[in-house]
Parts: sequence; C-alpha cells; structure tokens
Amino acid sequence: MSESPVILKAQNVHKSYRMGATRVVVLKGVDLLVREGEFVAIVGASGSGKSTLLHILGGLDRPDKGLVQFQGRDVNRMSARELNRYRNETVGFVFQFYHLLDELSVRENVVLPAMISRSITGWLMMRRRARQRGEELLEQLGLRERARHKPYQLSGGERQRVAIGRALMNQPELLLADEPTGNLDSTTGSGILNVFDQLNQAGQTIVLVTHDERVARRAQRIVTLVDGRVKG
Amino acid sequence: MYRLILITRYLLKRRITHFAIAAVALCVFTVVVVMTVMIGLVGGFKEKNHAFVGDCVVGTESLVGFPYYEEFMTLVEHSGLVQGVSPVVKSYALYGTEITDNYDNVEIVGVDPVRHSQVTNFAQTLDFNGHQPQKAFVPTYDANLPGCILGINRVSRPDPRGQYVHYDAPFRASVTLMCFPLNAMGALVGAGTNPTVTKRFYYSDDIHTGIAAVDFGYVFLPLDQAQLLCMSGQEKRINALYLKFRPNVGLQEGCRQIAELWRQFQADKAGAPNSFLLEGVNVQSWKEYRRAVVAPMEHEQLMLSMMFTLVGITTVFIVFVVFYMVVNSKKKDIGVLKSVGASNTGVLSLFQGFAFGVGLVGSCVGIFFGWLFLTRINQIEQFCYKHFGIQLWDRTVYVIGAIPNQVDPSALAVIMSCAILACLIGALVPSYLAVRLRPVETLHAGRM
Ligand SMILES: Nc1ncnc2c1ncn2[C@@H]1O[C@H](COP(=O)(O)OP(=O)(O)OP(=O)(O)O)[C@@H](O)[C@H]1O
Ligand SMILES: [Mg+2]
Repeated sequence: MSESPVILKAQNVHKSYRMGATRVVVLKGVDLLVREGEFVAIVGASGSGKSTLLHILGGLDRPDKGLVQFQGRDVNRMSARELNRYRNETVGFVFQFYHLLDELSVRENVVLPAMISRSITGWLMMRRRARQRGEELLEQLGLRERARHKPYQLSGGERQRVAIGRALMNQPELLLADEPTGNLDSTTGSGILNVFDQLNQAGQTIVLVTHDERVARRAQRIVTLVDGRVKG
Repeated sequence: MYRLILITRYLLKRRITHFAIAAVALCVFTVVVVMTVMIGLVGGFKEKNHAFVGDCVVGTESLVGFPYYEEFMTLVEHSGLVQGVSPVVKSYALYGTEITDNYDNVEIVGVDPVRHSQVTNFAQTLDFNGHQPQKAFVPTYDANLPGCILGINRVSRPDPRGQYVHYDAPFRASVTLMCFPLNAMGALVGAGTNPTVTKRFYYSDDIHTGIAAVDFGYVFLPLDQAQLLCMSGQEKRINALYLKFRPNVGLQEGCRQIAELWRQFQADKAGAPNSFLLEGVNVQSWKEYRRAVVAPMEHEQLMLSMMFTLVGITTVFIVFVVFYMVVNSKKKDIGVLKSVGASNTGVLSLFQGFAFGVGLVGSCVGIFFGWLFLTRINQIEQFCYKHFGIQLWDRTVYVIGAIPNQVDPSALAVIMSCAILACLIGALVPSYLAVRLRPVETLHAGRM
C-alpha cells in the first residue's frame, strides 16, 4: 500500500500559558504527521493539551515555538486574511459543546461558513449552490426535517450533527473534532462516530481528539499525548 | 450576509436590545418634542419681531430724534429698493385712565397707519380696522375725538387658553398721556414753567402682535400727535424710519445700500441747522434692531442645545452598557464566527451594524412618537388644563396661542444622525473588545 502525501505536519510545537505569576507548560515539542485520507485519534489524559494542540492545528491559536505546515504552507506565517481563509475553507472544526448560533436556524447554521467569506453580492450570486450543498448535508446527516428548527429545539446528538454539517459546508480538506462525543450518551455518540467513519471512507481526512479509548479505536491510528509530547 | 441576518435576529430576538432601542427612542422623543416646540417658539418670536418692524430700520436711540426725514424718505422711495417707508416716533409717556388716579409709564409710538401697514403687519394686528388702517385712529363712537391704539392687554384679558374676548366695536374710553417734549438740543421745552404736555386720547382700536411688551403696554398715536407730545422745534423730527424692501432685494444687500444712501444724505446735509442730530442715526436690519429682544430667546435655545448634548452622552452610555452586555453574552458566538473564518472587520461591522440598527430603529420609533405627541400636544395640554388645571405655558404670562408643533424635517435629520452616531460611539469599545477576543478563549471547553 503506497503512502498518501502528508497533508498536515507539526514539528516541535511548544505552547505554554501564563496563569498569574506561574507558567503552565502544556506542549513541550509535539511532532505529528497526518496523511491525506487518514483518520487519526489523539488521546491523552485530561489536561494533557489535546485541545490546545487541535486549536493550533486549526489556526485558532498560535504555538510559542515550532512549525505547523498544511500542504507545505506554514500556518503560523499566514496573514490575517490567509488565516481567515484557512479557518473558513481548509479546516472544519467540530467542538465538544457544538457551539451553534442560537439565533440561526439549523439550515442557517450549516450554511454559515459559506456566507461568512462572501459579501452580500457574492452571496447572492452563489446562494443557490450553497443552499443546495446545505440541503445535501442536512439530508446526509438526517436533519432534513429539522432544517427550520433552532438549536435549542434539538437533542445533543442532533446538534452535533448540525455542527458537523457546518464543518463540512465548505468541503474542507481537514476535519478537526474536539471530543465530538464527549457530551453524548454512548448510543448517540456511536451514531456520530459512524458519520465520521462514512466521511473517512469517502476520503475525508479527520483528526479527532478524545480521552475515551473506545472512541479512539474507531480511528486508523492513535496518537497519545503524554507530558506534552507524543508518546512512542 | 451573515451579518445582516445576525443583526436582524439580534434586533428582533434579544430583549436587551429592545431596552437599548427604547432608551434611544426615549431620548430622541424628548429631543424632538422639546426642540420642535423651542424652534417654533423662537422662530415664531423672530417672525413676529420681523413683521413688527419691517426689514430695515434707519433710526436713533436718542429721544430727541432726527430731522429732514421727509427728504430722506423721498430719496429712499426713488431708490427702487423699497415698497414702503414708515416714519416712527418712539418715546415714553405717563399714562392715566379714567378709572384710577395712578400714572403708569408707557411706550408711545407715533405712526402713519397707512404707511406703517405697508411696511409692517400693523393692519393685520389691529382688532377692528385691519381692512381700513386709515380709520384706525378714528373712534367709531365719535369721529371728532383724537384716537389712540392700545396694546390689547390694556382693554382685555386673555383667558387661560390665551384667547382674548372680542368686542364688535371699541367701547368709549379715554386715556390721558403726559409727556415731556424735548427740543433739538435735548432740553425740556417748557423748562422753568411746566415741562409737561398732557392730552386725552380716545380708544379707537387695539393691537395684538404676540410680542408681550407691545401687547401689554404700548400706546400707538397718530404721527403728528406723537410729534407734538414728544418733540418741539422748527423742523419735524422722528426717531426711526421703518423700511420694507421689495421682494427681489436681499436683506443684507438692501441694508448696505440704504446705509450708503444715508451716508450720502448725511454728507449733503452737513451744515444745515441741527444736522448734528443725523450723526446718531444707524441703519440696521430688523435682526440687529431687535437683537436685544430676540437674543435672550436665542440664548435659551443655545442652552437647551447644550442640555441635549447631555442627553446624547446619556444615550452613548446606555448603548455602551447594553453592548458591553451583549458582547459578553455573545462571546461564544464571536468565537464561533472567528473559528469559521470571520475576519476582524467582519466582527467589527457586525456590532457596529447592530448599533446602527439600534440607532435607526430607536430614532424612528422616537421620531414617530414625538410626531404623534406633537400633533396632539395642544389637545393634551387642553385636556390637562381642563381636568387637572395644569398648563405648560401660562397664557396670562406667555403671549402664545397654541404650542408650536411644526416638525422641522432638517432638525429631524440632524437628531436622527446624532442618535445613530451616539449608538455607533457607544458600541465602539464593546465592538473593539469583540474584535480582540481570541477564539480559543471563548471556545475552550474547559472554560465553559
Ligand atoms: N487560555 C488558557 N489559559 C491558561 N491555561 C490554559 C488555557 N487553555 C488551556 N490551559 C491549560 O492548558 C492545559 C491543557 O488544556 P487542554 O484543554 O488543551 O487539555 P485537554 O487535553 O484538552 O483536556 P480535556 O481532556 O480536559 O479537554 C490545562 O492545564 C489548561 O488548564
Ligand atoms: Mg479538551
């Protein structure tokens, strides 16, 4: 089996937080390679820095030191505009607590990333295509009946599916998920994991963070964070 | 696009923004109502003063007056600038009635009623002889008696609504005027013996100008009678010429040309007897001439505008507090928007647009209710007076009929822009905080 090309590369990533007078060192030189089409699970104890690493990979935070490359481009060197584009088009984020906008309907939440990057005229021009893509996603995620509902009317599993729909809206090359099942019961959680499986089978690259071994086993490869470094 | 959707949702759905809108609306309402009434009062007062003196006044402060005015009137009439010139004597007298023995001091004004009506709104303000000003000094009950026109308050009292009782014809009544005539040197004519001239006049009409001082006190006399009472000497004198320009003559330009004409005239008269009296004469527009009367009201308007600055600052503060709360409660949304690629300018314009919306909706609501209130203000005042005895302006003190309620569209535009600006300023700091927010701070699960 020939190895597919590297899509994401993290090298010697350091990150620490200042908490008053003391410094909490969270990442102490993390190295990570993700290949196209891979499904990687990052595991580690609570507080080991999994979320921090994922945020850095997704361009939501900057490392103190080290390199993050996406398809050869240095994420830390991106201009604000490039970074916005990276967050908007290249990666899709799924959070443990869904983080949907309460004021928007399910459909609007899903289509949001397509709207964000466009002016009103730009949006009007590609509205139909975006709507269509939104409908496809709602269909695929079993949310068609829910399109007009507001997030507070949905169950946890449904909300997480909306969040996945939003993450996939702009067809990102990389899907990042931070404990996507952390807030769900095991049946609902495994439903969500099935969605990830399907996506991965269709070629989607996924990096998933969890502290649950059973969840991690659904991935092709498990990376363990211990003491701010990747073990093994 | 997402901004437009979010702004409308925030505006409609968030209770707190309703409070902000209500606060803005309340401020705008107050300003619209008070401003409209004030603009109306000041504007109306200015208009009354303008109508009372015409466009331009050639006059002196001195009670002695100035001579040769008839020659100058001819000059002015031939200049093609004016459509009317009226010579006026202004002086003071002691005033007595048949009823009491007390004397009261009054301002007396001597005019030619026909000429004066060509220059001012004199005829329109007369109670009985508006259509025939030439008869204004002829008492209907005895055409041979010398007539006088009294400020309306001397013959009638306004009711609480500011309305005067109207009679069909002037009733028979007389007043006694005692004057101290001055000669050209400004000395009392009868010095040593009896310096006063006393004469009885009969009430032939009354005048209602809406200018308190005039309506409460003035007595108008025929020009020649006033000259007899107040001045003596070889040549006739007056204190002022009131001019009305032709419609095509601008106020400033007209006054400038009249002033030029006067300089010429004064130069030509150099050396004529008593020509020194011409030196004290000024040419002024009605605005300058009535400045002492109008300025206090304009000053009040200025004070009021400054008070409104405080209202504006209050609005800014309210909007600031509300937006601070909104941004704090929406931290998660801001983080989400940024995590899916919203730019800083996007977030900034989201909140500024939101503030704009609050300002726009708030000021529209405020203007609407202000307008609604103003159209009813007089009914409301009457209702309050009837049921509670409350009156905003005591009509026995203020010479206004109805409360002015003509809404000025340009003032509305200014008020609206100020309200929106106040909202944008108030939301500036909270918007900036939103921009500064780093997505990880708000999205980090551990920090929920
Ligand atoms: N903004 C921050 N300021 C200060 N400390 C932070 C900040 N973000 C994270 N930390 C600290 O960094 C450490 C790692 O946090 P992180 O959320 O990455 O861990 P995690 O592995 O995701 O844990 P969990 O499994 O509980 O989600 C924790 O000790 C946390 O307190
Ligand atoms: Mg975490």
